[in-house]
Amino acid sequence: MSVLDSKVPKGPLKTKWTDYKNHIDLVNPANKRNIDVIVVGTGLAGGSAAATLAELGYNVKTFCYQDSPRRAHSIAAQGGINAAKNYQGDGDSTYRLFYDTVKGGDYRSREANVYRLAEVSANIIDQCVAQGVPFARDYGGLLDNRSFGGVLVSRTFYAKGQTGQQLLLGAYSAMNRQIARGKITPFNRHEMLDVVKIDGKARGIIARNLVTGEIERHSAHAVVIASGGYGNVYFLSTNAMGSNATAAWKIHKKGAFFANPCYTQIHPTCIPRSGDYQSKLTLMSESLRNDGRIWVPKNMDDVLAIREGKKKPTDLSEDERDYYLERRYPAFGNLVPRDVASRAAKERCDAGYGVNATGEAVYLDFASAIERYGKEQAKIHNIANASADKIYELGAAIVKAKYGNLFQMYEKIVDQDPYKTPMMIYPAVHYTMGGVWVDYNLMTTVDGLYCIGEANFSDHGANRLGASALMQGLADGYFVLPYTIGDYLSHEIRTGKIPTDTPEFDAAEKEVTDKINFFVNNKGSHSVDYYHKKLGNIMWEKCGMSRNAQGLREAMVEIKELREDFYKNVSVPGNANELNSELEKAGRVADFLELGELFAKDALEREESCGGHFREESVELDGEQKGEAKRNDKEFAFVSAWEYKGEPGDAILHKEDLEFNEIELKQRSYK
Amino acid sequence: MNLTLKIWRQKDAQSKGQMVDYKVTEISEHMSFLEMMDVLNEQLINSGEEPVAFDHDCREGICGMCSMYINGEAHGPDRGVTTCQLHMRMFKDGDTITIEPFRAAAFPVLKDLVVDRGAFDRIQHAGGYISVNTSGNTQDANAIPISKHAADEAMDAATCIGCGACVASCKNSSAMLFVGAKVSQYALLPQGQVEATDRVKNMVAQMDLEGFGNCTNTGACEVECPKGISLENIARMNREFLSANIKG
Repeated sequence: MSVLDSKVPKGPLKTKWTDYKNHIDLVNPANKRNIDVIVVGTGLAGGSAAATLAELGYNVKTFCYQDSPRRAHSIAAQGGINAAKNYQGDGDSTYRLFYDTVKGGDYRSREANVYRLAEVSANIIDQCVAQGVPFARDYGGLLDNRSFGGVLVSRTFYAKGQTGQQLLLGAYSAMNRQIARGKITPFNRHEMLDVVKIDGKARGIIARNLVTGEIERHSAHAVVIASGGYGNVYFLSTNAMGSNATAAWKIHKKGAFFANPCYTQIHPTCIPRSGDYQSKLTLMSESLRNDGRIWVPKNMDDVLAIREGKKKPTDLSEDERDYYLERRYPAFGNLVPRDVASRAAKERCDAGYGVNATGEAVYLDFASAIERYGKEQAKIHNIANASADKIYELGAAIVKAKYGNLFQMYEKIVDQDPYKTPMMIYPAVHYTMGGVWVDYNLMTTVDGLYCIGEANFSDHGANRLGASALMQGLADGYFVLPYTIGDYLSHEIRTGKIPTDTPEFDAAEKEVTDKINFFVNNKGSHSVDYYHKKLGNIMWEKCGMSRNAQGLREAMVEIKELREDFYKNVSVPGNANELNSELEKAGRVADFLELGELFAKDALEREESCGGHFREESVELDGEQKGEAKRNDKEFAFVSAWEYKGEPGDAILHKEDLEFNEIELKQRSYK
Repeated sequence: MNLTLKIWRQKDAQSKGQMVDYKVTEISEHMSFLEMMDVLNEQLINSGEEPVAFDHDCREGICGMCSMYINGEAHGPDRGVTTCQLHMRMFKDGDTITIEPFRAAAFPVLKDLVVDRGAFDRIQHAGGYISVNTSGNTQDANAIPISKHAADEAMDAATCIGCGACVASCKNSSAMLFVGAKVSQYALLPQGQVEATDRVKNMVAQMDLEGFGNCTNTGACEVECPKGISLENIARMNREFLSANIKG
């Protein structure tokens, strides 16, 4: 029996989505008023979905753990959002965006989903502009674009280095409109702790009011999970401190398959860590690679002199620098995709060329961009024989206009001026491509339970290109889910209000309260963070940028042991019936301690290198690609979807074979 | 560094709070202020005490969740930063640091340093949006050119992170910088014009209803704003409000 049915519509790729929309069942507007939908998570995906569903007429309840939907971590996305508008006339098209995304994902995503994403991408920009999102404009008043890693066109729309913030505020403003109309009831400072299934269908959730500790029951005809990624399984990541896997993991335990858990994106341009106390890592937008050149010193003497403070990076001449991305990948240079850039940085640092005290940093240098822009500006403003200082001043102003807030962020954290000295960067855990398995309708393996945005697995394959996460979040929320969920809900018009005083709700609530009571009564000796940090360390060392079978086997054992110790010795001060952040963390770390093991199991199963996941046993041994990651399409062109069976180690693997009819699977070369 | 911290502890919204002294040792100057708080909390947990509750999330200065009042200033002594971007290099060994929640009648304390800023959300529900359907059937994004200057100015206003530092640093607990920024963003864009009159009236009415004070042009809000939102936005809101009332 095949349990995985992707439900990809028949017909040519280019008309699948249109045909699908023409044939699904619709819900009469009068009936929509009688249908309730729960949306968990209010970032780009959840916020846009909630607003659109409410606008269509459904009664929507939203849940987020923050004090306001406006704080969802989508807010931190900096660089931009892709759309195949071809405003630049540089040859962009729906097909090209589709092609770049499938290729960038190392041919591990579903063709039909990605094509649909590319198709609706242009609508997203129109929608957001209509909502008052202040995208960057050129002097003619038209929208400006920039380029991102892994592509050869300028299709990225942006709002300074705060694109995620502006798009999220746009989605939140759309939510506000529906909240004012009474069509969305927001439950902020609430956390979903379980899903309730009745007769096999998702019918509600159990949530905890994080201020009062009260456990609440909420019923609905369908439940949408939009709770983001699980990068915090590493403890140190670019995710917000509260970002967690709980909603996604709880639904996994209730029957939703979890796909490709080992696909985690390591982002190449983060501020390097400086010490053991560090609580999180800060990303510097990938857009910086448009103008920044990445290098390390060529000679080890210079590396050592820099580390000892005897030399400054600016003391090194061009000849003494190794612009290793430009050297290795002449076609894409500094704009290679994230996985390639990350691995290349790690390779140089592992070889001993890291430029900071910990040996884990490379330079991102803006000097030549400042000079180039400065000269251009001097021409534009008719300044003949501009001095070097003047050129620097003019160029720095342009760089400031483009990346000013990022430079300021860097300076505040590192205490160095990146206009004057190159930034130091190093790869860090960023975005998780794995997530809850969904079909073409974005429905999980549980009826009536949907999963969108980063929380699902669908569109990015084994690697995510820059500026594609925002695109998927909004595509799912504004334009895909509102159609697909209607098809399901059209069968719910006679269901009526779903009561919450049923045995299913009783049981789910009991499970949740038992767990909470366990934590507050378990007077152990270690804090929650103690376990989280230990887990993070195992994950980074053994399930990080490069992995091997032995390390992954060890990781599975170590995580299991750590989990057992956690349940014996964790200490959670305070009570259940109050604002208790340690209790919140305990529940989340408990879930990470399970997810981490499944992560290692999935990575062990995938005996190939793909995307950012470098399997040490799978490497190109000769030819032009020598030393690069080696993918194995014959055996691994599938999605791994794991079925929960108690312990994470006992999970059962289901494979969704990926079919590529439009795109020929090729070696990814950025040379 | 070794530091003495004087922190406001308050069990919940109903209880009376008080300042409590704590000592922390071995604080590195590279730590962020919140990482220093993590050290304190780890210490409290290990000695069986309840950690200090404080709001924080992204820790990169953009979510607007962190809200501490440090040594009498919202987000502490550094300029243009949120508490998560404030680094311990701003302090000296042996310093005593006073840490309180944002204090304003419209921001009730929930616990320790955590306050309820729901009033900001309710102001936005009152009109902080453009009434366009989310159907995707909107016109092409380039159909209405917007001057770069207007787009940049709207972006500057939209940069507000809704942290509430403006309210906390105002002696009248005025929310005018926040509301001014929201009104300005839409007032500067052609898309926001159609309902501009109702928007500013409704948002201002809600602001008053929430119990925020009035603006007396002291400018403390602008000084303490981590995102450099300018007083110009308050002036623009006032103009919008006046013209809305003249129009009726």
